Amino acid sequence: MGPVHTVYGPALLCAGAGCSQQFGAQPQWIWFLSSSYVGAHSTTLMPTVSKGDGMRGLAVFISDIRNCKSKEAEIKRINKELANIRSKFKGDKALDGYSKKKYVCKLLFIFLLGHDIDFGHMEAVNLLSSNKYTEKQIGYLFISVLVNSNSDLIRLINNGIKNDLASRNPTFMNLALHCIANVGSREMAEAFAFEIPSILVAGDTMDSVKQSAALCLLRLNRTSPDLVPMGEWTARVVHLLNDQHLGVVTAATSLITTLAQKSPDDFKTSISLAVARLSRIVTSASIDLQDYTYYFVAAPWLSVKLLRLLQCYPPPEDAALRSRLTECLETILNKAQEPPKSKKVQHSNAKNAVLFEAISLIIHHDSEPTLLVRACNQLGQFLQHRETNLRYLALESMCTLASSEFSHEAVKTHIDTVINALKTERDVSVRQRAVDLLYAMCDRSNAKQIVAEMLSYLETADYSIREEIVLKVAILAEKYAVDYTWYVDTILNLIRVAGDYVSEEVWYRVIQIVINRDDVQGYAAKTVFEALQAPACHENLVKVGGYILGEFGNLIAGDSRSSPLVQFSLLHSKFHLCSVPTRALLLSAYIKFINLFPEVKATIQDVLRSDSQLRNADVELQQRAVEYLKLSCIASTDILATVLEEMPPFPERESSILAKLKRKKGPGKLPDIDENRRNVNGSSEHSENTDTTNKVSYVLNLNSSPSTGPSLLVDVFSDSSTSASVDVSEDNFSRFVCKNNGVIYENQLLQIGLKSEYRQNLGRIYVFYGNKTSTQFLSFSSFVTSSDILKTHILHCLIASYPIIEGGAQVQQILNIECVSDFTDAPVLNIQFRYGGTLQNIAVKLPVMLNKFFQPTEMTSQDFFQRWKQLGAPQQEVQKIFKAQHPMDTDVTKAKILGFGVALLDGVDPNPANFVGAGVIHTKSTQVGCLLRLEPNAQAQMYRLTLRTSRESVSQRLCELLGEQF
Amino acid sequence: MIGGLFIYNHKGEVLISRVYRDDIGRNAVDAFRVNVIHARQQVRSPVTNIARTSFFHVKRSNIWLAAATKQNVNAAMVFEFLYKMCDVMTAYFGKISEENVKNNFVLIYELLDEILDFGYPQNSETGALKTFITQQGIKSQHHSKEEQSQITSQVTGQIGWRREGIKYRRNELFLDVLESVNLLMSPQGQVLSAHVSGRVVMKSYLSGMPECKFGMNDKIVIDKQGKGGGSEDAAKSGKQSIAIDDCTFHQCVRLSKFDSERSISFIPPDGEYELMRYRTTKDIILPFRVIPLVREVGRTKLEVKVVIKSNFKSSLLAQKIEVRVPTPLNTSGVQLICMKGKAKYKASENAIVWKIKRMAGMKESQISAEIELLPTNDKKKWARPPISMNFEVPFAPSGLKVRYLKVFEPKLNYSDHDVIKWVRYIGRSGIYETRC
Repeated sequence: MGPVHTVYGPALLCAGAGCSQQFGAQPQWIWFLSSSYVGAHSTTLMPTVSKGDGMRGLAVFISDIRNCKSKEAEIKRINKELANIRSKFKGDKALDGYSKKKYVCKLLFIFLLGHDIDFGHMEAVNLLSSNKYTEKQIGYLFISVLVNSNSDLIRLINNGIKNDLASRNPTFMNLALHCIANVGSREMAEAFAFEIPSILVAGDTMDSVKQSAALCLLRLNRTSPDLVPMGEWTARVVHLLNDQHLGVVTAATSLITTLAQKSPDDFKTSISLAVARLSRIVTSASIDLQDYTYYFVAAPWLSVKLLRLLQCYPPPEDAALRSRLTECLETILNKAQEPPKSKKVQHSNAKNAVLFEAISLIIHHDSEPTLLVRACNQLGQFLQHRETNLRYLALESMCTLASSEFSHEAVKTHIDTVINALKTERDVSVRQRAVDLLYAMCDRSNAKQIVAEMLSYLETADYSIREEIVLKVAILAEKYAVDYTWYVDTILNLIRVAGDYVSEEVWYRVIQIVINRDDVQGYAAKTVFEALQAPACHENLVKVGGYILGEFGNLIAGDSRSSPLVQFSLLHSKFHLCSVPTRALLLSAYIKFINLFPEVKATIQDVLRSDSQLRNADVELQQRAVEYLKLSCIASTDILATVLEEMPPFPERESSILAKLKRKKGPGKLPDIDENRRNVNGSSEHSENTDTTNKVSYVLNLNSSPSTGPSLLVDVFSDSSTSASVDVSEDNFSRFVCKNNGVIYENQLLQIGLKSEYRQNLGRIYVFYGNKTSTQFLSFSSFVTSSDILKTHILHCLIASYPIIEGGAQVQQILNIECVSDFTDAPVLNIQFRYGGTLQNIAVKLPVMLNKFFQPTEMTSQDFFQRWKQLGAPQQEVQKIFKAQHPMDTDVTKAKILGFGVALLDGVDPNPANFVGAGVIHTKSTQVGCLLRLEPNAQAQMYRLTLRTSRESVSQRLCELLGEQF
Repeated sequence: MIGGLFIYNHKGEVLISRVYRDDIGRNAVDAFRVNVIHARQQVRSPVTNIARTSFFHVKRSNIWLAAATKQNVNAAMVFEFLYKMCDVMTAYFGKISEENVKNNFVLIYELLDEILDFGYPQNSETGALKTFITQQGIKSQHHSKEEQSQITSQVTGQIGWRREGIKYRRNELFLDVLESVNLLMSPQGQVLSAHVSGRVVMKSYLSGMPECKFGMNDKIVIDKQGKGGGSEDAAKSGKQSIAIDDCTFHQCVRLSKFDSERSISFIPPDGEYELMRYRTTKDIILPFRVIPLVREVGRTKLEVKVVIKSNFKSSLLAQKIEVRVPTPLNTSGVQLICMKGKAKYKASENAIVWKIKRMAGMKESQISAEIELLPTNDKKKWARPPISMNFEVPFAPSGLKVRYLKVFEPKLNYSDHDVIKWVRYIGRSGIYETRC
């Protein structure tokens, strides 16, 4: 929730002394254009203005426009002026600098009024070469506002800028630098990115120019970071932190911070300099800073920037430096305790800005317990401050403090204040932060209190944040549940209070937990039964009630107040008020009742038999009613008991609630206990941080095994991605010898289908991955490996890959294959993905076999035997005699031989029962002709397979492949 | 029905605000100002829907009139009402300007009370209104009881637009046929679209309750008569008759009679009113022909020559002729040569304006201009907007002719011959454009 927060933001971002004078030009133009230019630019840069520069014509024009009664009159006046300027710019007579400036100024004004300007650019560029400051300035102004990057004039402009940069005149250099920064285009960056660093670090450059150069470089670095060269100047830039001039230091700090984020190692030396500078500012008496003391606060912008720069790095290792920094931070904290030196809001704003930045540095370092606790106490004071902004910021910072082990306890002491804030705060965004903080500070000791408070707040909460609060309550209740009766109570309460905002995931989770835990089932049944007795209950409650009573209604059936019939009629009284999915669920509950309580069977059968069920317009309901009715009539009690058995415990999986909360908040916004901990040791160890994020998802994994002892919910932090060697699945491999399409692999999670096409020595396999679950597969990757020998024989490449496969979705991947020479082994497809937190490894042998590269050949009987004889050498023939594994069906055998790839030749063999085939195997290097003969012996249930090819290895392999098929 | 009526000045300040129905809230006034008058982009549609409230607006010089409603009303009715309202106001205090509205706001509220009841338009006939809404409040005291009862009977009676007992020493009648001719012509002289919209405006100063009958050269009527007379006559008159595409009448005209016999008979209101409006699209006499010649000489020069030819009887004189030749947006100078009238380059309007006071029929005149251009880095080509023209001619470009206007007053002793009748034809240009 930004709005409150931004109060500090912009003021600090725009670099105070440095930036507002140089980049904040836009408001100035309008002001000076309208007040017939008196000299608005920074006083240090301004040369004296001669009297003739008043530009009376401009003032008259502007007052004319102001006096226009209507839009039409304004347009007429502008058209007239444009025509006038055009006639002046016609080029018949040379204009003097003054009039050129005046007309360009008018054009600029007209442009700012919202009209198109398509001329005058040349005149503006001419102004750049003027020696008068005002003319040059107007020229630059026009260019930075109006000239787009693809203009033809860009070369002339760049030339003008180059001249000014080389002029050694600080005012001109400044103007040029401002222009580069204002335009900030790639072309500008290309032209000047090499020049500016040298200006910045040159010894004889004026302070004001250095300042501009630093900010200009910063701007170019932001717009086209790839073009700004890093080089030996970087080291010298760091030393600008020692500069005498605080403006230069401020500008340089902004630049260094940005650069340090890009390449932290190059700017490591800035730490010590920044600390030294910071300590000089913080500990000095405010008098010696003169211009840079803002409402009694010493250089607040610079301090904030230095503190930000330090946040790019881990705490300094050098002890002296470290203690100096600690001293600085302590001083800042001390100063916050001092009574304010001024009642002006600017004073407290500046002071607090420094303080908050210091606190975020402390949190970032996360290493000094005393500082963390002091920061926490300081923020605690702000929690009750009059200023809404301060309360917001304090809550926000506390959220991050709560995740630090050192200050977690300190944060917890403020629980009452935070709860109070939740109840009494007027501003909704502050209340939201309070909820976040409560969530962050929750642990086993205060879970009950916090959950209760959040629940009570939920009744009056703002609609926009209700769903989030519901999720948070659900998560906290589950995570810190010591006894499950409390959990069940809490969630049922939650559904009662905010039924509409309870998402599916929440009530699924209740049922999962109740089913997996025997000890709570009876209590849950009793509680839902009682809750359902309320005259109006939410549909979600009906769902939970229907499910739980259907499963465990028998546990409370002993009590006459909740006898089976009472239970049923209570549920059925809600039936008509519910939507179709709920009704379907209730019907299932009824059939379960029939199993649990035979005494209510007749009543339920009556209900199922009624027209409103049997002839319901909804297909699902009708089907259920019909099927359940028949089931209850036909099936014996044993069958009923088997079919309608109690649900088995759910498999452990990630809490879907947490995933939902994360989705809702977006990455990084969730003040989760582990997730939001800042990356302490710099970005170099970023990978570890992502690991933490992943681990969070296991936190809520439910472990149902009773052996886990007192801790009912076990944090399964160990990464279960056991990267043990995976067995290569070959189950379906042989089935693919004679066919090209089908399912090659399937388990509970994943199905892999193949579709292959072969032409000569080339093949293409379409691999289809189907996610059989309802949750995503994350970081999905697949690659094909083949043994070293195989690599020389076939080439393959995999195209396209998908990092995520949505639940229930199917994705396709294409594999291209080329056969170089004949081969025996097959490549392996390796698949890796993350499902519910565990890493899954699957390896499948791809059905790429030699026979896939067959081209069938038709030939006559005569040809066949001629060739057969030619291939008569003993090493060319392979014969195999084997027992039939399948019934000997002629048609099936024919189909298999055709599927194998060869042409089936009829009427070649004198014995009609024999099968004869011919084909050519294409590889990149050679083609191998191949003849085969299969002689079945029906009596003996045996086959004799004879293969003759021009290569021994081919004959061997083909015989192996085909021999297993019959 | 109309929920409320607002009048704004050009700044969007509310001059008059009259709300008739509760569904129009106080914020409706501001909604229109913010979304239409002060809209960033000029709002071109006359109907604007803001937060389920429809606003219908018309603009008279700098004054905005807006009617607001939440219901699904007949938009044509609302606009008819707004135009009528403008007419009424003009009849009462002359030009609708901020000054006049401010000076007469009591009167305007009084009028609004009278002509709209609960959002339903009532009698908005100026003549009738003037009898009981007067600017001099004191005068109404002199109304005798008899007069007052007369007003009641008139307003509630069958002929609401005329009171009884009107007497004139001289029975006079003025008839104006006012037409505006619209044209779009290709550079080669091909007519792309042309139509005439005309009005018959009548000023009657007649005693008693006269019954009038108006006749014109409507093709259907002429053809019908021609059948009775003879084929030769029909062929002869057929040339001069005109085909009217559509027409509307003042409420005094008996529509049943028009439908059955196509004759226009009525009891006229006293004073000035609009008897009928019509539109024709066939056989239009185009009073002027514009022949443009535009030649681009390089990137920095443009030569324009425009010839106008008057295309009507040489005895007639056209007046107030104005030709407007648009110039490119990067014009930096213009040299003009013209034989007749005055021509000037108006930079504020981006056009050359050529004015001729009078021009007889069957004449020709021309202007030539050299336009200097400033080279720009804008690659867009000039769109060449059409040359437009304004004029006034003393005949009806549609060819409409008044054949007769008969007056019968059986009760009083004057006949058709005693009435002095004046007929005048004025043809004006509407949007009269030629592409170049």
